[in-house]
Amino acid sequence: MAEKEKVTIVVFSGELDKALASFNIATAAASMGMDVTMFFTFWGLNVIKKNRGPLKSQGLMRKMLNWMNRGGSQRLPLSKFHMFGLGTWMMKQLMGEERMPSLEDLMATAKRLGVKFIACTTSMGTMGLGEDAFIPEVDSFAGAATFLGEARKGTVNLFI
Amino acid sequence: MEADAVLDCMGLYCPMPIIETTDKIKELEVGQVLEVIADDKGIVTDMPAWCESTGHEFLGIEEKHGEYRVYVKKRADQYPITNNQGE
Repeated sequence: MAEKEKVTIVVFSGELDKALASFNIATAAASMGMDVTMFFTFWGLNVIKKNRGPLKSQGLMRKMLNWMNRGGSQRLPLSKFHMFGLGTWMMKQLMGEERMPSLEDLMATAKRLGVKFIACTTSMGTMGLGEDAFIPEVDSFAGAATFLGEARKGTVNLFI
Repeated sequence: MEADAVLDCMGLYCPMPIIETTDKIKELEVGQVLEVIADDKGIVTDMPAWCESTGHEFLGIEEKHGEYRVYVKKRADQYPITNNQGE
């Protein structure tokens, strides 16, 4: 059979529900033998930030931003009914009761199936984030041309 | 239908049944049949789509009281799933 089909997903949103949808599609596509690249940009960077440790950044505004926008897969709010964390906690309980995989489970599965994670360097620069702010599963740090280079060969390209 | 291996996906929702199938089918020899048992209705169309994409053969589905038994015959790996290191 010909070359593997390619799927690209731009993860722009930093919310739990949208991250779950992104990884749901990414893992399904990878299990179907497709070559999947996820490009994390802007608020989407929150999905791949480390859960522990402080975020280092320079300047008052960037320090404020990273304090209010800490991120990390375990801290993502729901886009609806977050309710200061109560709604998100309840949603995680419901998902657990139904034996649904957590976001962290799906991220680990995505890696195991060979999904590539790319972090957007422009957003990192704006927000004052270094490579050390991100989980080690990130494969590379790159820009829009890298994404488009992949997307132009893609048969499925999503923006979430 | 006779199967060489059985995968229990009862209680699991999309995309877990096809991800577990991806893992399980690696243990089978080419030509062997895998039976997947699930109760998520999505599998009725998901498994044929997974088979079409991966090249494995969809043999059929049996439904009884909301329990689905899906049969897949392993074909030679046309789209080997690589790990992160291997390409």
